Amino acid sequence: MENAIEVRNLVTYYGDREILKNISFSTLQGETTVILGGSGCGKSTLLKHLIGLLKPMRGNILIRGKDITLMEEEELDEVRKKMGVLFQGAALLNSITVSDNVALPIREHTRLKESTIQIMVRMKLDLVGLSGFEHLYPSQLSGGMKKRAGLARAMALDPKMLFFDEPSAGLDPVTAAGLDELILKLKHVFKMTIVVVTHELSSVFTIADDVIMLDSGEVIFSGTLDQLKASNHPRVRMFLERRPEKETYLPEDYFRIIAGD
Amino acid sequence: MEALKMPSIAENICGLIGRKAILRLKDIHDASKLINDIFYWTLLSPLKGKRLRFRASISEMVKAGYHSVPIVALISLFVGIILALQAAYQLRRFGALIYVANLVGVSITRELGPILTAIIVAGRSGSAFAAEIGSMKAAEEVDALISMGINPVRFLVVPKLIALMVMLPALTLLSDCIGILGGFLLSITALEIHPYNYFQQTINALLIKDILTGLMKAWVFSIVITIVGAYEGFRVGGGAEEVGRRTTASVVLSIFLVIVFDLFFTTLFYFFT
Repeated sequence: MENAIEVRNLVTYYGDREILKNISFSTLQGETTVILGGSGCGKSTLLKHLIGLLKPMRGNILIRGKDITLMEEEELDEVRKKMGVLFQGAALLNSITVSDNVALPIREHTRLKESTIQIMVRMKLDLVGLSGFEHLYPSQLSGGMKKRAGLARAMALDPKMLFFDEPSAGLDPVTAAGLDELILKLKHVFKMTIVVVTHELSSVFTIADDVIMLDSGEVIFSGTLDQLKASNHPRVRMFLERRPEKETYLPEDYFRIIAGD
Repeated sequence: MEALKMPSIAENICGLIGRKAILRLKDIHDASKLINDIFYWTLLSPLKGKRLRFRASISEMVKAGYHSVPIVALISLFVGIILALQAAYQLRRFGALIYVANLVGVSITRELGPILTAIIVAGRSGSAFAAEIGSMKAAEEVDALISMGINPVRFLVVPKLIALMVMLPALTLLSDCIGILGGFLLSITALEIHPYNYFQQTINALLIKDILTGLMKAWVFSIVITIVGAYEGFRVGGGAEEVGRRTTASVVLSIFLVIVFDLFFTTLFYFFT
């Protein structure tokens, strides 16, 4: 199988702080890859690099064989049209209705007739189970519905790849499970390549084919779901068994820290 | 032990200036990149066949232009009256009351019409631009636009720029007319100048040049207000609190820059027209 995404030696900084330290991995076409990790491990930053929102300091990102770090903005836009992104807060445009949100990429990138666009919008909304909500504004939707609408918009141009940033964040377990089911459905029906960034273990076990685990900017695990369960890397075990982090400094160090020395 | 010596005061000062300058340098880079993008997407990309968003421009024109008409009209009327009163206070002593018409006509068209309108629009629309773009930035909506392959400058800023480039001169023209009307109303009542005389005096005093230079300034102000609003909006990184801070900053900065550009153009027109 072909590689959908290949990341080579990615290094990035925010100011002086090194966020991603020499990351390399690849994901397969048609599979669901979950990027797992605790808060602040750099997984959202990694996602922003994969969709071309941030440029790395060093390293290459190949999307279907083409290096997006070397591309000009207009070339990059062509790549972006072939991928859909669901942001953490869904990021629907609040000033327009749900159906206009879904229609937005179609209107901007194609010259289809308005009647055709309307049919496409209704199909996409039906796919995510939001038929009948076309004329509401995003502020009138619940959190789960917003995510579904955001997903419909991400799917508007029938992308080959879908990216999810924390799909279950802020949702109740039932709604989150519904969203996981939707992700599985998309994978099986449309054979999409899916990348999900999350820290939610239950959804990892439901949707993942492959897992990449990050810890403070480094890849500490990369492999299939079964390999993850069998892994005996201490950080991976801590994450899987939900064990809290041990105090990392000795009492005398602690004294030095609070004394401000 | 040469390497360990404490930095001298001079070195400290140089270091401080350097650190501040490097921080500012990024702002300058961001601002010039934004200006570059705005002009690319307004002027060059339509030539390459990318459509401008006319429908969005019209809705911005309604918001920024049409809805400002009452406040611009009212303020211009009052300023016209105030100007006539202040002029009469001095001119009465010389028995030259009729020259109130000249003073009101020229100062409104050349100066007060454009600048009052620009300040009102900076307060109403410039701040709205910063708040709109800023809250979209905070809610990842700008990122979402980029990830859909839609350039946020083209999508958000260009329609606003086109709208203000049309509406600010139009509002200025309105302000000119209403301001002169204000002076006229006061003069024919309180100052007892004959309406026809006042009218004739105004016509004689005004040159086409006066009105055109005023409109030209208004046009420049529209560009300044849009760029400042957009710049401050895109600078929002965090949450709602920063949106408020950036909105305030946009109003202060755009009023300041409007006055700086006004000074520049007034000087230019004084010497070269």
